[in-house]
Amino acid sequence: MAKKTSKRSTKIDMTAMCDVAFLLLSFFVMTSTAKLPEPYPVDTPASTVQQKLPESNLVTVTVGDKMVFFTIADRELRVATLDKVAETYNIQFTAEQKKAFDLMDGFGVKVSELPALLNMKGSDRNKDGLQKGIPFDETDNQLKEWVLSARFAAREIHNNELKIAIKGDAEEQYPTIKKVIDILQEQKINKFYLVTGLRGEDF
Amino acid sequence: MAELNTGDGGGKKGGKVRSKKSGGSVDLTAMVDLAFLLITFFMLTTTLAKPQSMNLAMPDKSDDKTKDTETEVADDRSMTVLLGKDNQLVWYMGQVGAPLEGPTKVNYGKEGIRVELLKKIKTVPARYGNDPKKGLIVIIKASENSNYKNLVDILDEMAITKVATYAIVDISDEDKALLDKEGIL
Repeated sequence: MAKKTSKRSTKIDMTAMCDVAFLLLSFFVMTSTAKLPEPYPVDTPASTVQQKLPESNLVTVTVGDKMVFFTIADRELRVATLDKVAETYNIQFTAEQKKAFDLMDGFGVKVSELPALLNMKGSDRNKDGLQKGIPFDETDNQLKEWVLSARFAAREIHNNELKIAIKGDAEEQYPTIKKVIDILQEQKINKFYLVTGLRGEDF
Repeated sequence: MAELNTGDGGGKKGGKVRSKKSGGSVDLTAMVDLAFLLITFFMLTTTLAKPQSMNLAMPDKSDDKTKDTETEVADDRSMTVLLGKDNQLVWYMGQVGAPLEGPTKVNYGKEGIRVELLKKIKTVPARYGNDPKKGLIVIIKASENSNYKNLVDILDEMAITKVATYAIVDISDEDKALLDKEGIL
């Protein structure tokens, strides 16, 4: 008996396993969304709250180093928002620039500098120090216009109130955050999401 | 291990040269290895990329003074937390001029403010006969030198200790003076 077992072939038919593996692989490849490069990567503080950020109808205001960046997570809203802002500031965007804006995730420049940014190659846009943030002080409150335009766009397209998330850097001083919150509260937005990282239960 | 090219007799016997049977067996081990490696990668990246978020509702800042939006807050139910610099905070019960307890300087986290919050969340309702409507109220006032992490940390404490009523309010001059006295303004 012992002789017989030792001679038996050890090969297993891997075909089925291979099929399953590639089926799963194609599923994950298709469902996963590629993480787009951000103009200003921030280090978010951690929290124990396990709530997930909504995916649609959302804009994110990124705050870091006294600068503000604006990300329209919902692609359907992007061009509509840009059109409204262009109208407010009397800036004409070409069809190519609009297309580039549709594909761009986040940005942080003045409206007047936006056409030049859109003319650049995608890989050049996120270079260090190129995007200096959207102005949000009393004299030139462009952040307010962006938020307002995005809200109007959300009303028209989704017929729903826009959700706003604040993604702040952990080391950002409170007054900057406060200023952003005040801008939102001026528009009677009293409820928003704070983007946080994950922290262990036993904190 | 590859056994694809079996039966290659080098053309010794004319008729038997063609491969034994179409197909044969290919060793798929390496392919499966690679596939599972990629699956693991995509699985982990998709689940980790989804960011967490924390809901925050701010008190309405309506300029409409005709409506009396001021809620009556009993001194022995309200706990004020002042966020100072260097990851430190000061808490007191009641009003800043005549605090019922404190002011005490503590740190964030398990050994710091949470001990007090857990204590207060039990004692305050007990004083009102466990009326669920009369629980602890926490007023959060962040100073200019506190950072965003401090704010998220204290909001996280609210979530951990399950304080139902809390609000972020602008800091007053008296509170600033108190922080200055503690040396963390």
